[in-house]
Amino acid sequence: MTKNQPMRQLFTVTVYSENSVGLLNRVSNIFTRRCLNIEDVSASVSSVPDIHKLTLTTWADRPTMEKVVAQLEKIVEVLKVFLYTDEEIVYQEIALYKVPTTELISSGELETLIRRHSARLLEVTPEYVVIEKTGHPWETEALFDCLRRYGIRQFVRSGRVCVTKSPVEHIDIFLEQQRERQQKLNENG
Amino acid sequence: MTTESKQHDHINGAEALLRTLLAEGVDTVFGYPGGAILPVYDALYDYADRLRHILVRHEQGAMHAAQGYARATGRTGVVIVTSGPGAANCVTGLSDAMMDSTPLVVITGQVGARYLGSDAFQETDVVAVTQPITKWSYQVRSADEVPEAVAKAFYIASTGRPGPVVLDIAKDAQIGMLDYDYRPVNFIRSYNPEPVIDHDAFVRAAGLINEARRPLILAGQGVTLSGAGRQLAELAERASIPVGCTLLGLSAIPTDHPLYAGMAGMHGAVAVNHATNRADLIIALGMRFDDRVTGNTDSYAPQARVIHVDIDSSEFGKTVACDVALHGDVATVLDGLLPMISPARHDEWLALLADCAATERAEVVERELHRRPGSPMTMGEVARAVGEAAGPGTIAVTDVGQNQMMTARYFPLTEPRSFISSGGLGTMGFGLPAAIGAAVGRPDRTVCYFGGDGGLQMTVQELGTIMQYGIPVKMILLNNNFLGNVRQWQNMFFGARFSQTPLLNPDFKAIAAAYGIAAEDVARREDLPAAIGRMLAHDGAYLLNVAIDETDMVFPMTPPGHPVDYIMLTPDKIFSHD
Repeated sequence: MTKNQPMRQLFTVTVYSENSVGLLNRVSNIFTRRCLNIEDVSASVSSVPDIHKLTLTTWADRPTMEKVVAQLEKIVEVLKVFLYTDEEIVYQEIALYKVPTTELISSGELETLIRRHSARLLEVTPEYVVIEKTGHPWETEALFDCLRRYGIRQFVRSGRVCVTKSPVEHIDIFLEQQRERQQKLNENG
Repeated sequence: MTTESKQHDHINGAEALLRTLLAEGVDTVFGYPGGAILPVYDALYDYADRLRHILVRHEQGAMHAAQGYARATGRTGVVIVTSGPGAANCVTGLSDAMMDSTPLVVITGQVGARYLGSDAFQETDVVAVTQPITKWSYQVRSADEVPEAVAKAFYIASTGRPGPVVLDIAKDAQIGMLDYDYRPVNFIRSYNPEPVIDHDAFVRAAGLINEARRPLILAGQGVTLSGAGRQLAELAERASIPVGCTLLGLSAIPTDHPLYAGMAGMHGAVAVNHATNRADLIIALGMRFDDRVTGNTDSYAPQARVIHVDIDSSEFGKTVACDVALHGDVATVLDGLLPMISPARHDEWLALLADCAATERAEVVERELHRRPGSPMTMGEVARAVGEAAGPGTIAVTDVGQNQMMTARYFPLTEPRSFISSGGLGTMGFGLPAAIGAAVGRPDRTVCYFGGDGGLQMTVQELGTIMQYGIPVKMILLNNNFLGNVRQWQNMFFGARFSQTPLLNPDFKAIAAAYGIAAEDVARREDLPAAIGRMLAHDGAYLLNVAIDETDMVFPMTPPGHPVDYIMLTPDKIFSHD
């Protein structure tokens, strides 16, 4: 441990990889070895065919995260890993809330709630209403707080998904370098 | 292999595995059969003339033997074991090979694909268990995957920073039929073992080297792995730079080279450790600043710029910050760097190191090597005597503990790949099977095993392997009837409370005799030279059980957590240079 503890902040890590069994396990091992808790995770296809993308968030300091990124990139199936702070990305999460219908309707506040929070109704049954809200965590939490008084029966929030504020998919540069390497290897027999 | 030699045949997965091993240049494998790998062993019956299988006595033995083989030859070691317990017994060796960058391909049998996940007999989730301790771990579930998976395994294990790879082959994949077609793998989209080195980094590194007044090279195993011994010597000689080696870097440069200053780290040479904290430039070649090398990192090399050369970029700044990172293998980097290095002399600096070495000789080495007549023998004097008698080119394989440190310090090393030891993981029991592997891989060189009475008994069953194959390992048992290194720490840091470290030992000579291995006990100093002579002259394996002073301790020592230049010469004398 260094004398001056570096500042902890929320980082978003995107891992571009081949779609292989067990990869998530290898990725999470690198976090758990350093006692880093993964706050949320989402797995998705990327804009490049056959290349998958994991998005993870974790609280840590930058020096630690830079080491984590370097170790993630050692995983054979991992193509490239990027580290972002919130300022460098556009990100979103989705939350679902299941609330009893009677309490919600009788309050007379349903329309205001939906409008004010830019939420939408997914399903209405005599027993419950399912509301969907996308946004940043503080936004989904704000709606949670408003709905709490009606008795939330179920709640779930997805992992973060994000895109960068730069104009291209960052993985393209790596893929181009590897294509050149392969070409050279083939030329040299 | 070119496309003309492609082979098209309808064979089963087990035979495809063996053919691919042959195509990858394998001629020796270490292993142990069992239920889930039986189809491979059945196929092996017909390949015995082309593929030499060494039947060990325990899977851990197969792992360390393959490690010793790989370290002695530079080739990829191969292990074949069964599922469940067979695979689980490989875990220590995998972890060891991962830490010490040893290329291995480990084939584990696995239950049939339709039983996977059902807690079937001898089923272990091998891929999950081994993921954190392998470079790559992959399950093969159908026969047609076998050739490519095996080719890929060899490519991954041996390129970039080498490491162990596990291929977990389900029984159906061994039995199933395929049209065999082998193509070597030399490219994986997600993996780049040959980084392009930035020209600016070369210029900056050369600038630092040419300006340095007190430069120090720390050479790690990366020098050996990339075959950069010549380039290392050339750099050191041209710019008059002293060289320290890490434990795994030993024999990267001959120990009698005038610029060789000794081993770095906890039990390293005073000159290297003292110089580290006075150097204005550290040139780290293929080493990773392990905590046993650095001591307290907060006070490590405070005056030095650091040039770090490594094939694994995750090592840059991992424990010690660097000013210039050169991402590549040591040989390639030094080939690029050497033309930019000007001749230089650093007489005053080298004189400082020589002073330190003189103090170490007087205060530590003399005491270890020249005890008064009649006193019990020390590990250092035995290692030195064996080394001098065995002559140039001998490979020293050690176990872990005092025997390891003393061999590292006192055994003369003249050629590359002459020192094989478990460094990062510090695995007791590594030595004997590793020596077997080294002797199998390098029948042209004498292989001496140095172990303690504790470590030998952790894998002593491999005497059976030595017996079965007539493997000519010269075994020097440094026997103090104690777990000596733990005893030393208990003595120094735990008030001499020797908790669970004295061992009641068997008659080792009788054990050797039971295996038909020649052996003798040596209890007196005056009998040692003749006994060593008999051991070396004997045609075949030989066990020398040498009685060692149990109070012997390894010095110099930088106690854990201290600055690397806080060096104890004796239990109550700290080194200082004024």
